[in-house]
Amino acid sequence: MTRAVRLTVNGTPRELEIPTYRTLLDCLRYDLGLTGSKEGCGVGVCGACTVLLDGKIISSCIALAVFADGREVTTVEGLAEDERLHPVQQAFIDHGGFQCGICTPGQVVAAKALLDATPNPSDAEIREWMLGNLCRCTGYYKILESVRGAALGARP
Amino acid sequence: MNAFDFRAPRTLDEALGILAEQGDDGRAIAGGTALVTMMRQRLLRPACLVSLREIAGLDRIQAANGALRLGALVTHREAETAALIRERLPVLAETFRSVGSVRIRHMATVGGALAHADPNQDPPVTLMALGARVQSRRAGGDRELPIDEFFRDYYQSALEPGELVTGVTVPLLPPASGASFVKFLPRTADDYATVAVAAVVALEPDGERCREARIALGSVGVTPLRARAAEALLRGERLGEPSVRAAGEAAKGEVDPLTDHRGSAAYKREMAAVMVARALRQAWEAAQRAARGRPDAGAPR
Repeated sequence: MTRAVRLTVNGTPRELEIPTYRTLLDCLRYDLGLTGSKEGCGVGVCGACTVLLDGKIISSCIALAVFADGREVTTVEGLAEDERLHPVQQAFIDHGGFQCGICTPGQVVAAKALLDATPNPSDAEIREWMLGNLCRCTGYYKILESVRGAALGARP
Repeated sequence: MNAFDFRAPRTLDEALGILAEQGDDGRAIAGGTALVTMMRQRLLRPACLVSLREIAGLDRIQAANGALRLGALVTHREAETAALIRERLPVLAETFRSVGSVRIRHMATVGGALAHADPNQDPPVTLMALGARVQSRRAGGDRELPIDEFFRDYYQSALEPGELVTGVTVPLLPPASGASFVKFLPRTADDYATVAVAAVVALEPDGERCREARIALGSVGVTPLRARAAEALLRGERLGEPSVRAAGEAAKGEVDPLTDHRGSAAYKREMAAVMVARALRQAWEAAQRAARGRPDAGAPR
């Protein structure tokens, strides 16, 4: 059983005919070729599949793709503009915010959403917001520094 | 996941019609955080999913008649951040805030958390301590149940097949009373609780003695439950260490926890006493602040 879905992904309107059981994550990866978002735990816990649905972070591994019908999805591929990295991406490089890298797309998308809503978060706010994004290399201090650095850098 | 038909009706009655037609093959879906996870784990294989997400009017938060009403499609994140809830029932906003991660709270709905009837969830515990009432609709019409009668067994509610939660009404706290929600998380901040407790303490007009206490616990039985013996001990008492500890001890006799990776049954029973005492101390202090005319204390950070 399939269903027609119209969604906007990273600013580009898309029309797809997809099986109803397709998760949003699988739709992004396999139907649209956007492999930045990863599947880690597959049950909404680890944060590797974090994307924005109408600007809000969700776990795309437990969201049905049909839920995105008529809505806007932003993935890590949609953050850079004209080859210029998003300030959060640049901060993760500048502060060594990743090791193996598998959690990084989810970390970056989550951090972007935090800074969109709270441009100058406290460390406590960063920790609370990011607690659902696990790093298997346990590089949490550098992730915190990266988000803090992005906030400082983005300040006018 | 198995293949299924996906329907997205625009009205509640249309959704009820599809669910009636589908019988055991149909399942309602709202945020999907619980249902999709269970489908991915092949614990459930519905032939038809009936999405409630396109139904208008179920996502409102309103204040009326000394209560707040939350529509079934209000998300946990909306309940956590809504000014109306943060100002009038901060303990409820705090409870929703403590669920999982922000990603889950953006999707999971108030009605879904009730219908799922998982005894490890947080919101039902606080809703029970606050004396909430659950509204639902079935073919025969609308009905309302006190939340004490809503949960029946492990993952089982009083909802009949094809019946849908439409909202929950939560009475505001009476004057000179306070509420608290605490949970014990030995593993990670986004885990289910080993023990969760919500308490409400209402004081007599003298501002000293307890007129009524309501204590609800999660993760220590097949449903969220009230500790009525503990509550009875507190009526008319001045709350202090001896009475708070006695209530905790009494609560141990009212829980029936399961051994799992969050703790043994014996450990959870001991922790129930600790957490009940902790919740009562906080609720008692909040009630005393309210009695002194500072009800704002205890508002969300």
